[in-house]
Amino acid sequence: MSFLITTIAMFSFWILLSGEFTFILITSGVVSSLIVAYLSHDIFIGKADIKSETGRVFRFFRYLPWLLWQIILCNVEIAYLVLNPKPLVDPQLVRFKPDLKTDLGIVTLAHSITLTPGTVTVEATREEFVIHAIWQKSAEGIIDGEMQRKVKKIEGDVMEIEGEKSV
Amino acid sequence: MDIRTIIAGVFLGIGCFFIIVTAIGIVRFPDFYSRLHPAGKTDTVGQAFVLIGLMIYEGFSLISVKLLIIIVFIFIASPTATHAVAQAAFLKGIIPWKKKEKS
Repeated sequence: MSFLITTIAMFSFWILLSGEFTFILITSGVVSSLIVAYLSHDIFIGKADIKSETGRVFRFFRYLPWLLWQIILCNVEIAYLVLNPKPLVDPQLVRFKPDLKTDLGIVTLAHSITLTPGTVTVEATREEFVIHAIWQKSAEGIIDGEMQRKVKKIEGDVMEIEGEKSV
Repeated sequence: MDIRTIIAGVFLGIGCFFIIVTAIGIVRFPDFYSRLHPAGKTDTVGQAFVLIGLMIYEGFSLISVKLLIIIVFIFIASPTATHAVAQAAFLKGIIPWKKKEKS
């Protein structure tokens, strides 16, 4: 099953990139996607529960517009800090413990923090997040924890998958 | 002039603005960690705006789909690289710069 899904995904990506339908291209596409799928289907899909993963992907796409809006706000803020003649930069390290269960959640949160208002993830593990905030305002935003609640919503209510290692 | 060309031009302009801000920010900010902020994020959005402008100029075709894929990859790769550099510095023990208290 995972082999089939990987093959289809690889082949549609091939068509997307090539955009031509001559015999030789289609044939080589089929052959190479079969080879790639054989080598990597257990990494790409693995033993994941397809039903809950699909739900997660959909929730992730619902989360995206908010994230993009935050990214734009962030960049206006950074531009303001850079172009302001006064040195407003007041960096500080913020530590907090994440309340997330899956690797997907940790990675999404770390990425989102790096991409949004004035914060860069320095250290991301299950036990502790270390965030570098560029000024007081963005540090307050992290402590507020709105982003973490949203990421937690993506995760849904799943039990910790067995064998998943810490990031 | 086509209206689409004008919109594409506006997007390219915004993108260039962000990239210039990135360059100024890297020079102006005080230490390693705070320099990562413009380098890692403003840069990403600048590139994204430039590529979106090119997509609008191109119209809906296979090329614009490829540009979209490039944007997605940049959005995944850039924070990862920023985080890797920041973590390396943190593990090496570089102490973040702090603003001096006003006496």
